[in-house]
Amino acid sequence: MAALARLQERLTELWEEYYCRNRSIDEERTIEYKAAVKIQSCFRGYRVRAYLRYLNKMAITIQKWWRGYQGRRYFRNMVETAYFIMKMNFYNEMAVRIQKWWRGYYVRKYVHNYYALKKYLEAVSLNNEIVRNQLQEYAEMMENEEKRKDLERKEKEKKYQARKMHYLLSTEQIPGIYNSPLRKSPDPMELLLRESKPLGHRLQQKKSPFSYDLYDWPTCRRPPTFSTLQPLPPIGKQKPQVTFFIFQQRHKPLEPTLRVATSIDSLEKAREEMKWEEWKNRIHDNEFLPFSSYNKNKKYDPSIIRSSKYGQEAYGTKHFREVQPKKWVVSK
Amino acid sequence: SGVISLLRPLLLDSVPTVQHTAALALGRLANYNDDLAEAVVKEDILPQLMYSLSEQNRFYKKAAAFVLRAVGKHSPQLAQAIVQCGALEMLVICLEDFDPGVKEAASWALGYIARHNSELSQAVVDSGAVPLLVLCIQEPEIALKRIAASTLSDISKHSPELAQTVVDAGAIAHLAQMILNPDAKLKRQVLSALSQIAKHSVDLAELVVEAEIFPVVLTCLKDSDEYVKKNGATLIREIAKHSPELSQLIVNSGGVAAVIDCIGSCRGTVRLPSIMVLGYVAAHSENLSMAVIISKGIPPLCACLIEEDEDHIKAAAAWALGQIGRHTPEHARAVAVTNVLPTLLAMYMDTHSSEDLQIKATLKSILQKCMYLPALEPLLHDAPLNIMKHIIGQFSKVLPHDSQARRLFVTTGGLKKVQEIKAEPGSVLQEYINIINSCYPEEIVR
Repeated sequence: MAALARLQERLTELWEEYYCRNRSIDEERTIEYKAAVKIQSCFRGYRVRAYLRYLNKMAITIQKWWRGYQGRRYFRNMVETAYFIMKMNFYNEMAVRIQKWWRGYYVRKYVHNYYALKKYLEAVSLNNEIVRNQLQEYAEMMENEEKRKDLERKEKEKKYQARKMHYLLSTEQIPGIYNSPLRKSPDPMELLLRESKPLGHRLQQKKSPFSYDLYDWPTCRRPPTFSTLQPLPPIGKQKPQVTFFIFQQRHKPLEPTLRVATSIDSLEKAREEMKWEEWKNRIHDNEFLPFSSYNKNKKYDPSIIRSSKYGQEAYGTKHFREVQPKKWVVSK
Repeated sequence: SGVISLLRPLLLDSVPTVQHTAALALGRLANYNDDLAEAVVKEDILPQLMYSLSEQNRFYKKAAAFVLRAVGKHSPQLAQAIVQCGALEMLVICLEDFDPGVKEAASWALGYIARHNSELSQAVVDSGAVPLLVLCIQEPEIALKRIAASTLSDISKHSPELAQTVVDAGAIAHLAQMILNPDAKLKRQVLSALSQIAKHSVDLAELVVEAEIFPVVLTCLKDSDEYVKKNGATLIREIAKHSPELSQLIVNSGGVAAVIDCIGSCRGTVRLPSIMVLGYVAAHSENLSMAVIISKGIPPLCACLIEEDEDHIKAAAAWALGQIGRHTPEHARAVAVTNVLPTLLAMYMDTHSSEDLQIKATLKSILQKCMYLPALEPLLHDAPLNIMKHIIGQFSKVLPHDSQARRLFVTTGGLKKVQEIKAEPGSVLQEYINIINSCYPEEIVR
């Protein structure tokens, strides 16, 4: 009982203390709540920012690796082409050298062979000399022929004359014309006369009845008359009567039909217009290609560092540092 | 005075002598004047002639062919009228006759018809005359051979197809054999026929050459008859102008020497084809023109330039010199050494000479290659500006490199002359003058 009384005395203090404690707790509850919220929000913010930073770093790393890879691939291609161009230039130069030597040799030997040309020209002049001599001989021969023919003809003439004038020969008593007594020896004509046979009766020369030596017709100078065609009589023309109605008809304005009015390429123009409409409404122009994986045939360009004659090296994908577990001292 | 209409019924007379005489008279009339020939055609005499021809004797045929020849020779329209009357078949029938006089008259008539233009020649060929003409050539009479050769020449001169037809009938071999014949007029016709065939194309020319004319034709160039020489030179010219190989052939067989002798021995228009032969041969390549030079071709050409009066011969000689000299400096030097350049220049400046003396082209082409300065110097004094440009250009090419030439140039007064030339600044002439002036130190230039 005494304890109870003592406890009851202390109860009001207890109630006061209890009440004070609860009261202080309540008073500080909102402050603490706000503080807790602030701390939590700050921390969450830190966490999210750290996460974002981490994501950024990862993205940067991925992009870095990718770009490096692309660059190395591009560089590999560039190196290959540069090497190829270098080789081709070298081959071209060597080919040019060979062609240069060959062409010079060929031209000097076959096309513009100086010594052959010289020999040829000398041969030509020799040949010309020979030809000239031959032609000279030929000309002389022809001249001699002609002279000979001339002489023969003259001889023949003389002999014929001598035969005709045989009666002029000198006899024993009377000296002939060509045998004058004052001359020492007879004239050559006299000798000819002595040698020649007298001519027989003249052969009747048959005149051809159809020779062209007939007397000429008198040439007629009359201009030839020929019937000239008379010009055709003119066709009678009828003048048209110009009435007002006809005048109207002639000056009526043009009213073309629909068929005439459409231009000749209206179909093509309409098609063009449709095409442009569709192009306007399209997002992109890439056609849909079926069997697309058939067209995706890009070869993989390995990086220069990893590629070797026997395929790609395993460093970089399968391992990074050389690891030999058999040599480890401590297992696991 | 109505003679022709009077003669017409006489053609149908029963006595053959009368017919023959009437035809002869018509022929003489038509031969004299082309109005009369037209009258003969208009009076419808030709069909009468044709009609009565097939059963007549050979004198009548000769006279009828004479009428046709006389009518056909004046103008193409008359010849066309003859063809339209169907005269060609009749003439071909005459060609098949045995008498050589008839054949001669028929082929003469065909020759005159075919001479005018290519349609008429084609008509003559279409009537089948060509093989008969080739047979005529082989006959022994010289007059017939002459006329047949001249007819073949007239047929083949118009176009390559006609020439090919003549060749296909085998004419070339016979013509080639006849070159050796001593008769001068026959040779004239044969050479003219061959040259008309050869002129159309390379293949025809090669066919003519294959008939082995080559050393033989050169003897024709030495013949005493002027026209034989001219036709021979024409034949060689037609062959040489087609291709370098044919010109090479001519040079190899010594043709150039023969042609040069021919130029030396003739005077006047007869020389013209020979000059052109040299020009064509030299034009093809520099080796050939060097061959012409060493055959001593240039002195006769210079002589031609100086002696001849007619313009076209001088033009041909100038052209030939240009073709020889234009290839390399060696050639130009060979031309310049003969001192022909001042003559050419004088002819160029002469106001009387006509425009188509291709002197300017010749001078230009030779001067552009000429490095032989002593020949260029006399030209400096007289030349007009457009020629002076080339001369000074040549000097400006040679003087910077050759010191002795520079000294000579000054001593002969050339430098002084160059200073006196006034050229527009910036023109090509001024550039050349500057180059020349820069070869010398300043005091001399002033």
